[in-house]
Amino acid sequence: MRRGPSIARVLLGAYCTLVFAFLMLPLFVVFPLSVSAATYLQFPPPGLSWRWFQNYFGSPSWIAATAVSVEVAGTTALVAALLGVPLAFYLTRGRPRTLTAAVDKLAVSPLIIPSIITAIVAYRLLAPYRMVGTKTALVLGHTILALPFVVVVVTAALRTFDTTLEAAAMGLGASRLRAVLRITLPLMTPSILSAAFFAFIASFDDVIISLYLSGANMTLPRKTFENIQFALDPTIAAVSVLQILFVIVVGAVWFALGRSARATPFMP
Amino acid sequence: MPSAISTVTRAQTHRLAAQLRLAMLAVPAMLFLTVVLFVPLANLLSLGVASGTFAPYQKALGDPLYLSVIGLTFSIALATAVICLLLGYPIALFLALSRGIVLTVGFICVLLPFWTSLLVRTYAWLALLGRNGVINRCLLDWGLISEPLPLLYNFGGVLVGTVHVLLPYMIFPIYAAMVRIDRNLALAAEGLGAGICSIFWRIYLPLTLPGVFAGCALVFILSLSAFVTPALLGGGRVIMIANIIQIQVSEFLNWPFASALSAVVLVSAVLIYMLLGLLTDQGRTLQTQRPH
Repeated sequence: MRRGPSIARVLLGAYCTLVFAFLMLPLFVVFPLSVSAATYLQFPPPGLSWRWFQNYFGSPSWIAATAVSVEVAGTTALVAALLGVPLAFYLTRGRPRTLTAAVDKLAVSPLIIPSIITAIVAYRLLAPYRMVGTKTALVLGHTILALPFVVVVVTAALRTFDTTLEAAAMGLGASRLRAVLRITLPLMTPSILSAAFFAFIASFDDVIISLYLSGANMTLPRKTFENIQFALDPTIAAVSVLQILFVIVVGAVWFALGRSARATPFMP
Repeated sequence: MPSAISTVTRAQTHRLAAQLRLAMLAVPAMLFLTVVLFVPLANLLSLGVASGTFAPYQKALGDPLYLSVIGLTFSIALATAVICLLLGYPIALFLALSRGIVLTVGFICVLLPFWTSLLVRTYAWLALLGRNGVINRCLLDWGLISEPLPLLYNFGGVLVGTVHVLLPYMIFPIYAAMVRIDRNLALAAEGLGAGICSIFWRIYLPLTLPGVFAGCALVFILSLSAFVTPALLGGGRVIMIANIIQIQVSEFLNWPFASALSAVVLVSAVLIYMLLGLLTDQGRTLQTQRPH
């Protein structure tokens, strides 16, 4: 099937180029909009201006929302990893398999439960304790969303992990705990970082839970969402460009982590 | 003999203790999910039947207004799954057949949008599809149309958004199924005189069906719960179940009705998930039956 470009391959390539263009188009379009001199969405831009970037960096509310989002997403990634990595060990090594399979289904169930339901459920739970509006509430809510990503990525990595390395350490006199801490976990670091990255994105991207739990602690997506509903302020284009650049930088780091880390959710 | 028995039981006890220690690793995460999700979710679902009547369900499934919202939500989910399959299967095939720089660029084109904030992408679609948006402007300037096309705030506009968001969820499982296929099968078929089309229809397609089912189920379930996309690209004219739940809770504080609507989405999602389980089991049997 790889002998020279057949007509079928050329057609496939052409079709896929169009689909790739569809996927990338929204990412490219925000760049000209972010440096446009127009005060509303106008294409082509009438002139160049940095004012939307200045708007963003000069606005205390945009900067505060960004800080809340980064802090909450970072904490969520940490909490989700602390809960998810041990769970992944149980899911790959625990017995009986029927029980681990059932626990696995429960652990990834937040992927299937619509976020609006997770959001109102968390709101009902936390409102009586006056926790709505706290960063703790946001971290709790976002950890529900992020946990399945950690479980899927780390479980996939542990399934392909060569356990003879751990057995060798134990043969040399290390306890199971010591073997896991000194051999398995260090070798798993790229996958765990990759899982934490997905957890960070799950939190950083969330609108719906923030809509119910953030209160006065406005997150970046919630502020963006409300701004888009209110008016199509080109400051959002500048924010978008900064977010895309951030994803490119982190994505490059992720890519550099190596093959073993590149387990993607839903790609067992 | 007694000592042999006691050795056996001691070994068994030892293994059991090891299993229990391992099970302890699952406790924090499962305890967390139980407290913040499963118990409050059961509590929410009980609200719909708390009064002893099924009035909220009668309203959700009987009132033409809400029935049309449910119908629209399922049509969007179905259309999204079908379009994602038509766009995603060739992409997965292309990636599975590519090597080197082409593979890397292809993956970047799938992963970069996947990682980019949903709001960034939705904002970009507003800028692209709006009345004065990029696409209408270009078409007007080229003289292809005389007045702007209604690309936004309708079924099609929402569909563009949901397809763009969910396409990677279709590509990944199909790609994973494709790279697992033994390349020798295709070579053997070719050696026996099969053309590229017959290799595709008789080998590739059947062996990738589990991935296709997984992708379709995932995309369908995730579209059922779409909230941001219809809220922004639907502009109040395309309203899906998640938007109704939000309005019922935030504006009317009608928790029993929100509970009934939540149950409708959840039960549909779980049923599709279970159907997927059945289909993939069949797919696995199909795969194990392949001759070596």
